[in-house]
Amino acid sequence: MTDWTSSSVVIRHKVGLHARPSVKLTQLAKSFASTVQIAGTPEGPWIDAKSIVKVMAMKVKQDSTLYLRARGGDAAAAVTALAGLVERDFDEDKAHAASG
Amino acid sequence: MKDKVGIVIVSHSIDVARGTADMVRQMVGDTVPLAYCGGNPEGGLGTDVAKILKAIDEAWSDKGVAILVDLGGAETNSEMAVELLDAERQPKVVICNAPIVEGAVMAATEASGGGSLEDVRRTAEELSPQ
Repeated sequence: MTDWTSSSVVIRHKVGLHARPSVKLTQLAKSFASTVQIAGTPEGPWIDAKSIVKVMAMKVKQDSTLYLRARGGDAAAAVTALAGLVERDFDEDKAHAASG
Repeated sequence: MKDKVGIVIVSHSIDVARGTADMVRQMVGDTVPLAYCGGNPEGGLGTDVAKILKAIDEAWSDKGVAILVDLGGAETNSEMAVELLDAERQPKVVICNAPIVEGAVMAATEASGGGSLEDVRRTAEELSPQ
């Protein structure tokens, strides 16, 4: 079994990893064949990033660090893509502006 | 869209059904077949087998359809609607034992990722108290 590809990223989103960002993260994770996991600390517990129920139950707060890891053929692409989504604030800039 | 499991929302209130569908569309997007119904034939609170059958038709997918319901009659009328489907369609429809709003969003998220009917049902039901 190959090693994990890992990364970490700070959640800047106003209310943390709430409903809509959780859905986006899960959908993106599902687009990769690799096993993709996330955690709130480098030691885990690691949860399946493809499980919307588990991701939402994490209730990750704003300014906390999200740890990502993946294992499989497209692991590097998966970690890069997920970290990118979080760094871009889940592509919700416009929604924020609209809600003031 | 027909390569994703469809979602049907059945509430006693058309407003609850429509609002739940709005949340699914906004949070999950429009890649999943989705239909909703609510209210009795007279336009009051309740559910109606004919409306449920129509909604199942609208959201039909060869991968199956997951129904989310609110209270008692919504479930029994949905079961009745499923029994009225063609024999080959019946095994492809499930009624999820999950809260209607949260279950619909979770089920649609799973469906949008290409999950099977069983995956979709399990995801919705993962929410319920064990």
